[in-house]
Amino acid sequence: MTATLLTFYLFSSVILISSLMVISSKNPVHSVLYLILTFFNAAGLFVILHAEFLAMILIIVYVGAVAVLFLFVVMMLDFNLSREKDNLLQYMPFGLFIGIVFICELIIVLINTNLDLANIQILANPFSNFSEMTNTQALGSVLYTDYILYFQLSGIILLVAMIGSIVLTLRERTGVRRQIIVNQLDRDASSTELKEVASGEGIDI
Amino acid sequence: MIQLEQFLILSSLIFSIGVIGIFLNRKNVIVILMSIELILLAVNINLVSFSYFLGDLTGQIFALFVLTVAAAEAAIGLAILVVYNRNAGNVEIENINSLKG
Repeated sequence: MTATLLTFYLFSSVILISSLMVISSKNPVHSVLYLILTFFNAAGLFVILHAEFLAMILIIVYVGAVAVLFLFVVMMLDFNLSREKDNLLQYMPFGLFIGIVFICELIIVLINTNLDLANIQILANPFSNFSEMTNTQALGSVLYTDYILYFQLSGIILLVAMIGSIVLTLRERTGVRRQIIVNQLDRDASSTELKEVASGEGIDI
Repeated sequence: MIQLEQFLILSSLIFSIGVIGIFLNRKNVIVILMSIELILLAVNINLVSFSYFLGDLTGQIFALFVLTVAAAEAAIGLAILVVYNRNAGNVEIENINSLKG
């Protein structure tokens, strides 16, 4: 049993346990923290698979942005969690049935499929020599040439997501006094009035 | 040495945990969003492991795009969640029935 295999088993067991804790813990904050643990260990698996760039992107994007966004939403909103109304048992048989059927189908497909990787000849971007070029360099040489259209489209998707989330969460508050610059600039001597204020008495406007 | 099948079994288990999480959770929407993230992570593991064992970079490219779409989806989903929480006061699944579906 090599060290790589041991590392794989370590990472994958931590992934499985923490992803089970994501869906089963009562506190959503704990769920987000277990999700972060899952992402870290998945990044470890990506390093095993010689996908170093994706591993670091997984940590930066998922842990740094998405999970922190989840954590913000969970912690800043008051979700009024009703613990006593937790009727997990009502849906437990149905959910477990669907899950077990799903797992069995996937395992059956995996067993019955003969994955003969050596005979697959249709490789779009073959890259087998992992020591010749760094992973980031290889990804960039493919991403910016063959997949440039998809790269731009993913940029557009991110732009649409940004605009959409800003528009969704924008709120016009009533009763807020704002500065109206046009009204300020329209004032002249005819619209103003000078009053004499007696000392120590004030004035009614 | 690690075989491809081990990665496939791992990713199918993570995928199934995500699906079970969607079905079992009846408390709040945010755990369902996290289950969707787990499902996308399983897909990413699948793509990257095929990319490594085939010696082909396309899987990693598509894992990158899946990551992009997942980030956009999380942002939009959380924005909808915030707006719904502002309007309705809670995010419990059982109370979300304004469409009478």
